[in-house]
Amino acid sequence: MATSSTIPTSASGILRSFPRLGARRLLVLGGLSLFLAGTLLGDVFAIFILHPNADRIGQALAAATAAVRQHRPEAAGNSFEEIGGFLENRGTKVDAHTHMIGFGYLAMLLAILFPWIRLSERASRRLAVLLISGGVVLPVGVFAIHYVGLAYSPLESIGWASIVADAGGLLVVVACAGFLAGLWRGWCTGEPGVQAGARTDDDDALLRERSWAGRVLMAGGTLLILAGLLHGAWFAGVDLYAQEKQDHDLLATMAESAALDPGPGVIPERAGAALNAYGMLQADHAVKIAAHSHVIEFGLIALMAGFFQPFIFLSEKWKRGWAVVLLAGSVVLPVAVLAELRFGLVAGGVADAGGALVIAALAGMLAGMFRYTGRLDALGDSATGGRP
Amino acid sequence: MKRSQHVLAVAGLALAVWAMAYGFYYAVWVEHQTLEHIGGSLAGAFQHAATREMDPSRANLAEYARAKYVYTREVDAHSHWIGLAMVLLALAALWDRLAFGERARGWIAGALIAGAFGFPLGVLLQNYLPAPLGQGIAVAASGLLIVAFGLVALGFAREGES
Repeated sequence: MATSSTIPTSASGILRSFPRLGARRLLVLGGLSLFLAGTLLGDVFAIFILHPNADRIGQALAAATAAVRQHRPEAAGNSFEEIGGFLENRGTKVDAHTHMIGFGYLAMLLAILFPWIRLSERASRRLAVLLISGGVVLPVGVFAIHYVGLAYSPLESIGWASIVADAGGLLVVVACAGFLAGLWRGWCTGEPGVQAGARTDDDDALLRERSWAGRVLMAGGTLLILAGLLHGAWFAGVDLYAQEKQDHDLLATMAESAALDPGPGVIPERAGAALNAYGMLQADHAVKIAAHSHVIEFGLIALMAGFFQPFIFLSEKWKRGWAVVLLAGSVVLPVAVLAELRFGLVAGGVADAGGALVIAALAGMLAGMFRYTGRLDALGDSATGGRP
Repeated sequence: MKRSQHVLAVAGLALAVWAMAYGFYYAVWVEHQTLEHIGGSLAGAFQHAATREMDPSRANLAEYARAKYVYTREVDAHSHWIGLAMVLLALAALWDRLAFGERARGWIAGALIAGAFGFPLGVLLQNYLPAPLGQGIAVAASGLLIVAFGLVALGFAREGES
């Protein structure tokens, strides 16, 4: 892979705005790593857990309906306990996935806004470490909730994993409040950050980015977010309330049909039809929510990746290639997810491939960023004679 | 940094802090109990049906539907506040590329901020106000947000042309 000579011969200015182990570099690399880890977790979850889990929920609901028919309230209760476990398994993995990605965004956005945050480098670095640490601790804690349960917990309904996750969330809140205070100070004093020479709007590499790849990513990201907003408005207006009513009506039909309908069979015909319709309803709801949230998430990451183009040490050809791959995956995944109801596993496979494209593009960009920082540090070392 | 840009950045980060603080409060004090209530009501509905007590079964199912309605809006408010905060922060960084005068930028920033705060608030208020009122606030705020975001896209496109 050829590289462009995007790093100037004099690295001192860039080193000031992007110092080794500095807050900004921690935010960029930590944020992108969190996003990548969250996306990978989501892809693995979608392939190996989501569909089998949905099948198990359907089977347990059918068992509960059969228990109603057979006058066995305890068995019905046991089936719902199982469903609770399956839903917790799914919910905690979705939460770990979304929070990891969300904290990744936050870290990258703060890196972009860094010139306007008036804090000392030391304070900024501590806040960045706090943010990245919380961004790791919360999703790991949430992920563990299903496996740890209430073992050795001092509380009645909250286990140790939840306590750890909440502590991680608190770290992120404190870090963001600190950065907000810095942004507020910058506004009140009208001054940029501490390293004024390198951290103003005009000479900040991230803020003046105008390359082809950067422009395409920013325009594509804006359009993806707009598409996501419009899709969300359509979903809320047309589907949400109707689906909530259907959810109640179908469950009522299952319970009443199993209890009162005459005739033989473990599950009466009307209850069976309601069970099938309920499965379809859950799938319809899930794919629409997933398409809405993913198109906006990918729009945001495309926007941010647009900013970071100056810090990616790859040839222009590779930068353009990764930009196109990222946008292609960002369109393919939500569209294929929406098509899953009609085309089943084929569309599911295409959606997973779309997710893989996004992961590959971001991994390529992250590798370019590591090469950039390595090159930058080497230039810094040669400029200072190896002194830190 | 222009005034409208700074307002957008501060509002975006303030909204993110607010959304995370709300999420923290919700996760610690509300969510576990709410999920148990939802699951318990649904299980109760089927258990009563198994003993052919249909009135308590229907009451439990209605309780389940109500609890799930409230839970959905509480979680939606949290996730939309944080998502829209990210959008405001990203736009703040891009703000100098918007091909509009500072006055127009100020109006667009104001509309984005009002929409980003107001839309999830309207969603959450559906739990406490008559549903049409909460829906009205959410629809008006989301409309404001979409129009403002459309103008932002137009502003970026005009910058590209110039």
